[in-house]
Amino acid sequence: MTVHTPIYLDYSATTPVDPRVAEAMIPFITEHFGNPASRSHSFGWTAEKAVENAREEVARLVNADPREIVWTSGATESNNLAIKGAAHFYSGKGKHIITVQTEHKAVIDAVRELERVGFEATYLQPEPDGLIDIEKFKAAIRPDTVLASVMMVNNEIGVIQDIEAIGNLCRANNVIFHVDAAQATGKVTIDLEKLPVDLMSFSAHKTYGPKGIGALYVRRKPRIRLEAQIHGGGQERGFRSGTLATHQIVGMGEAFRIAREEMELENARIRRLRDRLLTGLQDIEEVYVNGDLKQRVPHNLNISFNYVEGESLIMAVKDIAVSSGSACTSASLEPSYVLRALGRSDELAHSSIRFSIGRFTTEEEVDYTIELMKSKIDKLRELSPLWEMYQDGIDLNSVQWAAH
Amino acid sequence: MAYSDKVLDHYENPRNVGSLDKNDPQVGTGMVGAPACGDVMKLQIKVNEQGIIEDAKFKTYGCGSAIASSSLVTEWLKGKSLDQAAEIKNSAIAEELALPPVKIHCSVLAEDAIKAAVADLQSKQTGKKEAA
Repeated sequence: MTVHTPIYLDYSATTPVDPRVAEAMIPFITEHFGNPASRSHSFGWTAEKAVENAREEVARLVNADPREIVWTSGATESNNLAIKGAAHFYSGKGKHIITVQTEHKAVIDAVRELERVGFEATYLQPEPDGLIDIEKFKAAIRPDTVLASVMMVNNEIGVIQDIEAIGNLCRANNVIFHVDAAQATGKVTIDLEKLPVDLMSFSAHKTYGPKGIGALYVRRKPRIRLEAQIHGGGQERGFRSGTLATHQIVGMGEAFRIAREEMELENARIRRLRDRLLTGLQDIEEVYVNGDLKQRVPHNLNISFNYVEGESLIMAVKDIAVSSGSACTSASLEPSYVLRALGRSDELAHSSIRFSIGRFTTEEEVDYTIELMKSKIDKLRELSPLWEMYQDGIDLNSVQWAAH
Repeated sequence: MAYSDKVLDHYENPRNVGSLDKNDPQVGTGMVGAPACGDVMKLQIKVNEQGIIEDAKFKTYGCGSAIASSSLVTEWLKGKSLDQAAEIKNSAIAEELALPPVKIHCSVLAEDAIKAAVADLQSKQTGKKEAA
């Protein structure tokens, strides 16, 4: 089998729409174009039925009640609605929020915005393996803590936080608990009947659905209330106004149905590919896996190649589509804030690559990637004065660098 | 990020990669930048008895533009006197490689590397004259 380049290994940035999903969506663009809010004719009824079927599929994947699912434009909007909506609604209880330094920007910046309007925030630093120390989380809770937001699966390093333990602490202290699960659906089992979570954000396009659609889980028992962030026609029981994008919603429903039915087999296959990739790359000297390897989704491998600069490395391996961090920050020249929060040195943070494997990755592609990485790392280290110093036994920390 | 053809050419086929003996009195070494900032350039020049640069080598840890900037200056340096070398300006490097604004610092670093290498060589030679 021949390998077609570039090879896509950036499934954590976005996934292709599964052909089955695309097929399900098309009739709702052309034929069944009705507004699901139209109650007076069959065009509306057909669209509404499709929307409600999709809502059930989303709810089933995470074992929730369909009435707990609110459609949004994506995880960024879900995070904003959950965090700002809950903080404002419950601000009478207090104005302190807890989140984590390694959260997605959609959470960090929403919390920063709340700080601007008078809230206080604690940004917990994770342990060097990327996981939160539960005792430190406990210590951060104050009598006026109103909301906590912790992501389930990290977008850059793939580690899985102990949502159950954190949620129990929140419950015990009467803190609303929001979880960004954009990177978790179809990768880890989510059971919202059991998990002590009040609000959970979802995205379609990380799970083989279309971009531009997401959902927010809002618990009914005990009932969680939110201040709406988008006002208008009162759709989604007032939580989120705006005409529902039927075709997008149908796509998300179909994508989540496939995820529910296929995730077990798919994850086993992806784990084999990840192990193969890891074994291959560990042949290279001076490589470091970022983030805990056990409590982690198999889809993600984030590795630092010491003494090689990340941007030149990505340029060297243009036959594979990977990123040096999240797609949202790859335009900046700063090293990954997630890796910095783990306490990684600047050099290692600068030389990281995130490989993310998905539904359409093949063994041949993984083997090609390993060979490509080996040859390009060799070439760039040949060029690297830091590698030369390392080989000469010079401790780079002892060198006085002229910072610029 | 879109790179110019010239950056890509230097990046794919870097000229004069390597190291010269830094203890050779005819060799000047300049190392600038810091790993924390994401680029480190090591530039070395070797002069002949007439004070003309006859060889130049580099090693660079950094982005494609940093590698291209240092590769380009090793080409430019050969055949120049130390005074001529010190006159190479970052703007000329940036112009030749069509660097975008966010990558101008790479050309500044290359200019600094030349100055550091020239200064190292001059201090060695002054020391030698003083010793003699």
